[in-house]
Amino acid sequence: MQTMTVTDAVSAALAEEMRRDDRVLIFGEGVATKRKDLLAEFGAPRVRNTPLAEGIIAGTAAGAAATGLRPVVDLLFAPFLCYAMDEIVNSAGKLRYMSGGQFAFPMVVLAMTGGGWGVGAQHNHNVEAWFVHSPGLKVVMPSTPADFKGLLKAAIRDENPVLFFTDIALAYAPGAVPEGEAVVPLGKAAVLREGSHVTLVSYAKSVHACLQAADRLAAQGIAAEVIDLRTLKPLDEETILRSARKTGRVVVVHEASRMCGVGAEIAALLAEKAFGDLRAPVMRLTGPDAPAPASFPLEQAFAPSTDTIVATVGRLVGLVPA
Amino acid sequence: MDTRERVRALEHMMLIRAYEETVIALHAEQRAAGTCTAVGQEAAAVGVVSALSADDQILTNHRSAGHLLARGADPGRMLAEVMGRRDGYCGGKSGSLHMAAKELGVVLTSTIVGGELSLVTGVALSRSMLGGDGIVACFFGDGAACEGRFHESLNLAAVWNLPILYVCENNQWQAFVHRRETTLADSVAPQAAAYGMDWRTVDGNDVDAVRAAAERAVAAIRETRKPFLLEVQTYRLRGHFEPDDQSYVDPDELARWRARDPILLARNRLIAEGHLSDAAAREMEAAVTRRMERAAAFAEASPFPGFDALTTDVYA
Repeated sequence: MQTMTVTDAVSAALAEEMRRDDRVLIFGEGVATKRKDLLAEFGAPRVRNTPLAEGIIAGTAAGAAATGLRPVVDLLFAPFLCYAMDEIVNSAGKLRYMSGGQFAFPMVVLAMTGGGWGVGAQHNHNVEAWFVHSPGLKVVMPSTPADFKGLLKAAIRDENPVLFFTDIALAYAPGAVPEGEAVVPLGKAAVLREGSHVTLVSYAKSVHACLQAADRLAAQGIAAEVIDLRTLKPLDEETILRSARKTGRVVVVHEASRMCGVGAEIAALLAEKAFGDLRAPVMRLTGPDAPAPASFPLEQAFAPSTDTIVATVGRLVGLVPA
Repeated sequence: MDTRERVRALEHMMLIRAYEETVIALHAEQRAAGTCTAVGQEAAAVGVVSALSADDQILTNHRSAGHLLARGADPGRMLAEVMGRRDGYCGGKSGSLHMAAKELGVVLTSTIVGGELSLVTGVALSRSMLGGDGIVACFFGDGAACEGRFHESLNLAAVWNLPILYVCENNQWQAFVHRRETTLADSVAPQAAAYGMDWRTVDGNDVDAVRAAAERAVAAIRETRKPFLLEVQTYRLRGHFEPDDQSYVDPDELARWRARDPILLARNRLIAEGHLSDAAAREMEAAVTRRMERAAAFAEASPFPGFDALTTDVYA
């Protein structure tokens, strides 16, 4: 094991995959400026700066992916993806199907999101559910440096377009990362803590709030199971259902807004496939239906807190009145 | 072009016209979905595509039948696609509007106006990084030139030295709106100069002129590995989408352009120069009609895809 930050884990994954496969290249706004190490090792054709134009960056990636390259593009902040929606959703996501399978789009789109930098709603908007709803795409949003590295490697090797979101608050968080390949497969959730009374389902930064909540709940005699989804599409339904059938109580926690978010999908999944095993309503703890504020205390209040998780679980298991 | 090639170009234009008229007829009989045609723009397709080599690639748009047929696509498989049949180039999942045929080098069409402009830079990047001297031709219209992606695409192609032949088929119509209402300039191509790119305009109804201009542009791209914008000035003789009564079209303007029908011009010229007899031209038309009848029969005999196709090819 080695200790590295999420940012370093991403860089390591990029370097390893570019070394392994010379069809892999990376481009975007400031990519060659900021990634001097990659530029030095792989050269200017494979590490490129681009104009400030997200649409053509994403479109170029889709065109290149369909014709033999394996591009990774950095679109910086998730709200900027609005400028690239046509290329990601209409082209990369649909043209394989529309062409009767003639083309594949092995490409990765990197973007940051989430509270932590006070940059406001046009840099911070958790839009991952938009892409989960769009056919042909995969969506990854890890929580630990080891998963950032292992999942990015899997995303680069995947034959499909993958949206790879980095929660800003995690960017410089250090963590243990295995030596060597350690590819983490897409579509597999991780059970980070086992428990019998309640299941906390989460992804990205909120996973850490869930783990802290589980510690505090343990002190109250409540054993919380914590699931890190890691990949939002394909969704690991089996792991979610298995845990829900065991604990009978599920709380889904994410920073993204509530309506039609990933939490809504999981609540619906549980209602359809595990209704008889549930002992309490599935709860969603999410950000509000509001743009993300810049003011630091407001930004912190946007995401579900450990306190809220602990209180919600307390009500669900009957420790405190509903 | 030698005489044989010029006769062949006329034959290709006749084939494209007959194909589109077949699709229109099939739609009128409720045997195929509505479609966007490029009737009147056949010289643009044939003139440019015939100037490409087999190794070159093509990106096109929703008015793609001419580009596909000029490239040698099988009209039977194209009609099968339009009719949603299994033997269509895309297994019936594309329909008339998004047909791609990788085996012919016709890659990545998009009906999102300007979509092909955002994809072509990536296809050309693959060409330049994976070797070979192939270039990529990208067909779009004056409508797409109003999209921001047009500018993003030209700028990136110029900055990255991508081997792209941008072909603007200026057909004077942007869906239901005349080009005069949306742009002050009569011509799109001079905008390329702002991105440091060479450009040229050509009479798009004269297939000889289009072919000559395309040959020069292709040679320049092969030599410099830099993009080039060729504007082919032509006219959409039918409506935006079939059926369309064209009530919004100035009848005088339509009549002027009908008199300059590219097939009529090429045919008359070849006859006047003594390279073709009227009888031979009629026989070419009859042969094209027979071919289209066989193509329609093939398409209608092709089965619809099974319902399992609803969810296949979503992911690789």
